[in-house]
Amino acid sequence: MILQANNISCRRGERLLFSNLNFHIQSGELMLIEGRNGCGKTTLLRTLAMLRQPDEGQITWNDEPIDKLAEEYRQHLVWMGHHNALKGDLTAIENLRVATCLNNINCSEDELWTALETIGLYGYEDLPTRVLSQGQKRRAALAFLLLSQSKLWVLDEPFSALDVKAVDFLQSIIRKHIEKDGMVILTTHQEVALMSDKIKRVQLDAL
Amino acid sequence: MFKTFKTILFRDLTLAMRRKTDILSAVFFFIIVISLFPLGVGLDKTVLIKIAPGIAWVAALLASMLALERLFAGDYEDGTLEQMLITPQPMTVIVLAKVVAHWLLTGLPLVLIVPLVGLQYHLSGEAILVMMMALLLGTPILSLLGAIGAALTLGVRGGGILISLLILPLYIPVLVYGSGAVSASLIAGESQAYLLLLGAFLILTLLFSPIATALALKISSE
Repeated sequence: MILQANNISCRRGERLLFSNLNFHIQSGELMLIEGRNGCGKTTLLRTLAMLRQPDEGQITWNDEPIDKLAEEYRQHLVWMGHHNALKGDLTAIENLRVATCLNNINCSEDELWTALETIGLYGYEDLPTRVLSQGQKRRAALAFLLLSQSKLWVLDEPFSALDVKAVDFLQSIIRKHIEKDGMVILTTHQEVALMSDKIKRVQLDAL
Repeated sequence: MFKTFKTILFRDLTLAMRRKTDILSAVFFFIIVISLFPLGVGLDKTVLIKIAPGIAWVAALLASMLALERLFAGDYEDGTLEQMLITPQPMTVIVLAKVVAHWLLTGLPLVLIVPLVGLQYHLSGEAILVMMMALLLGTPILSLLGAIGAALTLGVRGGGILISLLILPLYIPVLVYGSGAVSASLIAGESQAYLLLLGAFLILTLLFSPIATALALKISSE
């Protein structure tokens, strides 16, 4: 499995964020997108998640353009943006149920409850998510990662709002995913000790 | 695909049930408009019977537009719309499920309130039936067309008014044929032609609206 970006450039309104960007990521690799605020990290990730088209260039998955693959590519993809993608009036378990169903993940009720317990929300699973704290909401959103079988994770600042224990836990989930030949692309502002030997870094500032 | 439809339908219905104010406002608006007109226009029976179809339809139209802004706005704001665009499910199915939920909450209740309208406007039993039939065919059209407007104006300031401006031209045929059906049955007892036309409209919008709406949502989320 290989995701490749060929000469992509993105604009935001009138502003050219970056151009002629080339990189690729394979199974078992982790890629960190770096750069100061406003340099286009989120825009790049959204482009990789197929939420928007690159203004120039092409992105391919196993040498096929992702816009041609469409649903097939999306089956391999998990996207976590700044929003938690939780409905405040639904409980954590209900949110997870909808998310797994929409992503063709066949899991039993028990697995849903276990995932929420593992992520640290034991006792909070059947409260409407609007009453949870910011950190708990993030955890509820991250519970989906435990159940997803998709290879490519595109995470935009996944560590924000998490406490130290949760940061450790998320790092271990990411590590396990890489070990199982998964791929992770992420941005983070925090000094997070990810496995240093297999990290690829893409500096958007330098372009 | 049917599983996706069911999941989204139940999700939206559950959300609406937990926040009853949103749905009830559309229904109450309809009742208020219907009830205020006889007070303002006077209680002359012949006048009331003549204006009943038009008023019921305009009230249904406005009530439907009231509730449209929230169709996608909630999902857009909390990021769930993004996730729906990313899933491997066809967006048209998700859109259709949301529109059906919207209609069940804001369109179908209006159909059921028609006998109340009939009482206040001295309509005959047959006219009430025709009005129910017309609204049953017409309110889904309003929801389907309105969804396109709601999708196009996502995230735009002053969205509510913009939706109305975009959608009103499309609503007008529905209004004309819908109230025409009831007027025709009152005058000549012959409303079939109007109802058939409404039915055709419904089929047409059922085919095209989800596609147009899904495309508009994709554009609005970029």
